[in-house]
Amino acid sequence: MFVLSLMLAAAMWELYKAIGPETGGKVLGMRVLPKAEDRVMPHVWEMFQRFGRAEVRSSKDTVLEAVVSGAWYSFRIALAGLALGTAVGFGLALLMARFRVVERGLLPWLVVSQTVPLIALAPLVASWGGKLHIGGFTWQRWMSASIIAAFLAFFPMAVGALRGLSSPPPAALELMDSYAAPWRSTLFKLRIPATLPYLVPAFRLAANAAVAGTVIAEISAGVRGGIGRLILEYMREATGDPAKVYTAVFGAAAVGLLMAGLVAVIEMTATRHLRKEEFA
Amino acid sequence: MTEIAVPTGQVGAAAAAVEARGAAMTFNAGRPNEVIALAPIDLTVAPGELVSLIGPSGCGKSTLLRLIANLLEPTDGSLLINGKPASQARLDGDYGMAFQQAGLFDWRTVSRNIELPLEIKGWDRARRRARALEMLELVRLCDFADHHPWELSGGMQQRVAIARALSFEPKLLLMDEPFGALDEMTREHMQTELGRIRAATGAAVIFVTHSIPEAVFLSDRVAVMSARPGHIEAVIDVALGERTELTRGDPLFFKHVTEVREALRAGHGVGGGMEDR
Repeated sequence: MFVLSLMLAAAMWELYKAIGPETGGKVLGMRVLPKAEDRVMPHVWEMFQRFGRAEVRSSKDTVLEAVVSGAWYSFRIALAGLALGTAVGFGLALLMARFRVVERGLLPWLVVSQTVPLIALAPLVASWGGKLHIGGFTWQRWMSASIIAAFLAFFPMAVGALRGLSSPPPAALELMDSYAAPWRSTLFKLRIPATLPYLVPAFRLAANAAVAGTVIAEISAGVRGGIGRLILEYMREATGDPAKVYTAVFGAAAVGLLMAGLVAVIEMTATRHLRKEEFA
Repeated sequence: MTEIAVPTGQVGAAAAAVEARGAAMTFNAGRPNEVIALAPIDLTVAPGELVSLIGPSGCGKSTLLRLIANLLEPTDGSLLINGKPASQARLDGDYGMAFQQAGLFDWRTVSRNIELPLEIKGWDRARRRARALEMLELVRLCDFADHHPWELSGGMQQRVAIARALSFEPKLLLMDEPFGALDEMTREHMQTELGRIRAATGAAVIFVTHSIPEAVFLSDRVAVMSARPGHIEAVIDVALGERTELTRGDPLFFKHVTEVREALRAGHGVGGGMEDR
């Protein structure tokens, strides 16, 4: 089904190229339709052919090799960011669930944190990180990108986990109280298991956010080696080599797909023993 | 778990299962939205006795149950469970509790649900497992040990909840409309089952219900409550001997049903909100 929809997308692209206006469509002087010429919209097959050719004239590496290695690099950054974001998000949710005061004080800040423009934040994080030297630990540039990814990923986790942790009905909490259960028992035997159905969609959102955060951070903080950097570099060559930038875009999509696949596998293992209807 | 080894009150065979002396509950005391949920209540429940609390909505019967369970602290008066203060009784696991919703944990199998209170009380795995199987035998669900709750009917789920409440052998079982969500046939079956389980365990039971026949069929005594503020209007002794399916057709049974209904009317003008089933 996915392959079919890909082919459909490719066909629509080519269809527009065939019937769309070469110079773009204008309404009242505003360009509303993109130009259909080859420099702006290269043929789909050209994009794929570009994968097989050398990345730059002098190198013997193909574009495919460059994009795959870039995508793999970004995937690992995103994964580290997702792990960090998940841990931080869940930790914050625990704090908020434990202390109502923390929830009231912290939740608005979490919401505000997501409105900070990443483009502005990324170079800041990179420069702070660069000044960081603790013992033998030196800050790597990729860590900045992971931090940015985590900064985006933690939010859905925190909100989802908080909802899940406070989801048990009063009767279930009374039941635990009637056993004189300490807070820790209620947490591990009731609250955390009840959170799982809420974590599944939150984790999905966090994974997407981590990928987006990674690509944006690579572009704006200038992290070399990842797919974000490739998009930036290839974009500069777009006038002379329009198909090339699309190869990097496909690479970024591949990172997202890989992440989605990984998340699906994690979900399946985590929810194996649960009632199926709860996960539509 | 905090185990406090200081015996409080006289804990012995003679101690009443529940002894409420002037126990009262006022919510939001001293504020504009103050509600007197319970006027001072005196109630004594003997070991092994089943007492029903019946009354219209808002008469404080669930509040009284929560006071006994120490889920709420009374604003006045005192409560002794098995001769100890209610707070100590809760720590000691002196009572088990069952609610209208079975409230089983979906992510646990039936037997692991029954083991839940035992886990919290720190029993080891083998002992927990053995006890869970015993309890399943008691509620006749041995074949369902490794099923998940959602695979069970409502009546079966409620039996699991009762097994869970009795798993640590409390001498008192607190039930808050446990059969309220079941259909009529299942409900009657569960009432008979409860009688059998009670005979097997010897636990005292406090049973909150909306249904007059249910209260009469199950109870040694029925405490009729009325509202504004919640108090016990009358306590009716039910002398029906051993209950069987025939009891439901016994003229004496109907006499008691009428007696309870009249007590409810006396306390509330009409027996409003009561079910005649």
